[in-house]
Amino acid sequence: MSVNWRNIGLFAAMGLVLVMVAAFQSWQLALTILNMSLISAIMALGVNMQWGYAGLFNVGIMGFTAVGGLAAVLIAMPPVNEAWAAGGLGAILGLMLGVATILAAVVVYKRMTPGRLRGMVIFAVIVVGWLVARFFFAPATQAIQAVNPASEGYLGGLGLPVILAWPVGAVFAAGAAWLVGKVSLGLRSDYLAIATLGISEIIIAILKHERWLARGVNNVTGIPRPVTRPVDLQPQPWVQDLAGRLGWSVSETASILSALGYSVLFVIVLAILIWLAEKALNSPWGRMMRAIRDNETAARAMGKDVTRRHLNIFVLGSAVCGLAGAMMVSLDGQLTPGSYEPLRFTFLIWVMVIVGGSGNNWGAVLGAFVIWFLWVQVEPAGRWLMEMVTSGMEPGSDLRRHLLDSASHMRLLTMGVALLLVLRFSPRGLIPEK
Amino acid sequence: MDPVSALVTLTNFVLIPGFAYGSQLALGALGITLIYSILRFSHFAHGDVMAFGTMVVIFTTWGFQAIGITGGGVIPTALLAIPVGIAVMIVYLLVADRLVYRFFRQVKAKPLTFVMASLGVMFVTNGLTRLFIGTSERRFEDGERFIFSVRDFREWTGLAEGLALRSSQAITIVTALLVMAALFWFLTRTKSGKSMRAYSDNEDLALLSGINPERVVTMTWMIVAGLVVIAGTLYGLDKGFRPINYFQLLLPMFAAAIVGGLGSPIGAIVGGFVVAFSEMGITYAWRRFFTHLMPEDMAPDSMLQLLPVDYKFAVTFAILVIVLIFRPTGIFRGKSI
Repeated sequence: MSVNWRNIGLFAAMGLVLVMVAAFQSWQLALTILNMSLISAIMALGVNMQWGYAGLFNVGIMGFTAVGGLAAVLIAMPPVNEAWAAGGLGAILGLMLGVATILAAVVVYKRMTPGRLRGMVIFAVIVVGWLVARFFFAPATQAIQAVNPASEGYLGGLGLPVILAWPVGAVFAAGAAWLVGKVSLGLRSDYLAIATLGISEIIIAILKHERWLARGVNNVTGIPRPVTRPVDLQPQPWVQDLAGRLGWSVSETASILSALGYSVLFVIVLAILIWLAEKALNSPWGRMMRAIRDNETAARAMGKDVTRRHLNIFVLGSAVCGLAGAMMVSLDGQLTPGSYEPLRFTFLIWVMVIVGGSGNNWGAVLGAFVIWFLWVQVEPAGRWLMEMVTSGMEPGSDLRRHLLDSASHMRLLTMGVALLLVLRFSPRGLIPEK
Repeated sequence: MDPVSALVTLTNFVLIPGFAYGSQLALGALGITLIYSILRFSHFAHGDVMAFGTMVVIFTTWGFQAIGITGGGVIPTALLAIPVGIAVMIVYLLVADRLVYRFFRQVKAKPLTFVMASLGVMFVTNGLTRLFIGTSERRFEDGERFIFSVRDFREWTGLAEGLALRSSQAITIVTALLVMAALFWFLTRTKSGKSMRAYSDNEDLALLSGINPERVVTMTWMIVAGLVVIAGTLYGLDKGFRPINYFQLLLPMFAAAIVGGLGSPIGAIVGGFVVAFSEMGITYAWRRFFTHLMPEDMAPDSMLQLLPVDYKFAVTFAILVIVLIFRPTGIFRGKSI
């Protein structure tokens, strides 16, 4: 069991680093890093299911997390009744007509004999369906966006508890993944990558553009939180008592307690997921997945439906990413479609999985902690380094200013170098697959 | 009814920009398809490598302008800087190949490992680009802005509709055609080009007939360096330089390569134009075009725009999906399974 001790040691070292952040920088920072690390760990688990278990290359993580985030808005925000009255019916009808158009085109494709006539009928169905759907949809969305545009202008959500949004976010992401997987699985492995890259850009474009849905680039803020906010904690007598005993200020204590609340929730979710993932990995199903990954032809010869199994695991992994996306939005309390960029939400997660050790759930979790820690701390470290380098220069020189400004870009460079080094020298990662 | 005006509008807003954009995509897709057929992986760093090359060209342009070398106010100085950019990119890509990809070639790693390594290169390249030039938009076009402007055109023809041809668009189309012609000449007429095609066709047979694989790989990276710098500079001249835009070109470029048939150079070019014209056609507001074509009392009152411009990715994606469903090997039957 020597391997186990090594892993426990690695996690303990990571914990120690976080404690040192708390001691030398601040508790708030340490908890912020911890919470984001936990969310990243869940995303990394999702990706590890796809890549580590099945060898599927998903570069659309950003899209799946964003869709999960959308769920937080649709579930937890209070409904905007005025907007529903203004155009809710039209918007829903328009969407349903759009879906009906696609279904009709599919039915025509399946029922008619191939030929020029079929092509023309499909084209006609799509054009007519599009125009009809648009006829209901466009005025309705405009009416919705006109309702109190400064703070609302969208349909709002269902006003349910925000925790419910987490599983719903997973379901949303699973739906998107099913569509992508259905089209691109079973073809060359790279095609899935391109298709997921595409769907993630489209999801972000939809979130940015469809203001009636979630206010687009105007952002939805003030999403209800699953944990009491620091502002509401401050007046509580026990918080004030605790603050007095620890010698901290009340506001500091309150924000730490609130962040801790999140940490507890996230740890519970992560623990359940790891337990499930480990169970699955060691079950016959997990063995089958690995068999498919290691030799697709042999697995096919054994009668396994490779494409179907791939679709299963792709949907599952994406659902986990969607869950993490919903959790992240409920941690931030806001949905900001403009802030989703692929380097941060897709490729960084990949670095986590590779560095941690693909195929090993604990590795993915550890990778998430290490990489997120680096991601947060490299920027101040880079700034510090640049200050050292430039300390001999004149204070006002252009080069010095440029170097200091560019310190924030150091993190991309560091991530790239970390990824390349691990791929080259330790392709099995920090905690290798057993 | 005024079909001439309709045609002029269409040329001005769809055909010319579509040709320019299509040429840029085609050059990018050619690079992707070459790497795919010789090195056998999907090169995800392509967009960022393009941005890096363009950045070198921009710096060189500034340097040239500072010491007084310009395009004489006619052609953009950046065109003169392209050779410098290509030279730097050849070094950059060959160093990347020696440091990163060669090892995986030697251990015969799976294609996806290469893709992963290209993600690492993408990160590093992106970081370097941001480090050197930042993330804000840079315009580096100088020289004559228009071959002919809307006003010139109106004066010549007396038409109410205007038509303009920007220098950057004309340069893009001409340069792209020249580069494509040169590439095809190289691939089909020279010994090196033939050895590259042989290697891509059947690696083992090529090895047996004495083709040095490392030499083929080196040549591929050199050609790719030329393609990315030219494509990136033309795109930057046409639309301005922002690193994130180059990253986002990845999707249309890959779509172009796949639609045409991965591994097929002709396919990459055709794919580039298919993607460009579909994006343009579906996000263009056709109202003016049809107003000219229809009798006056039947003029359409909506914009006749199928999708807002924000959804141009969706168009690319839709084409990609259609091709993947109905003809996964692409129009020109690339070599994918």
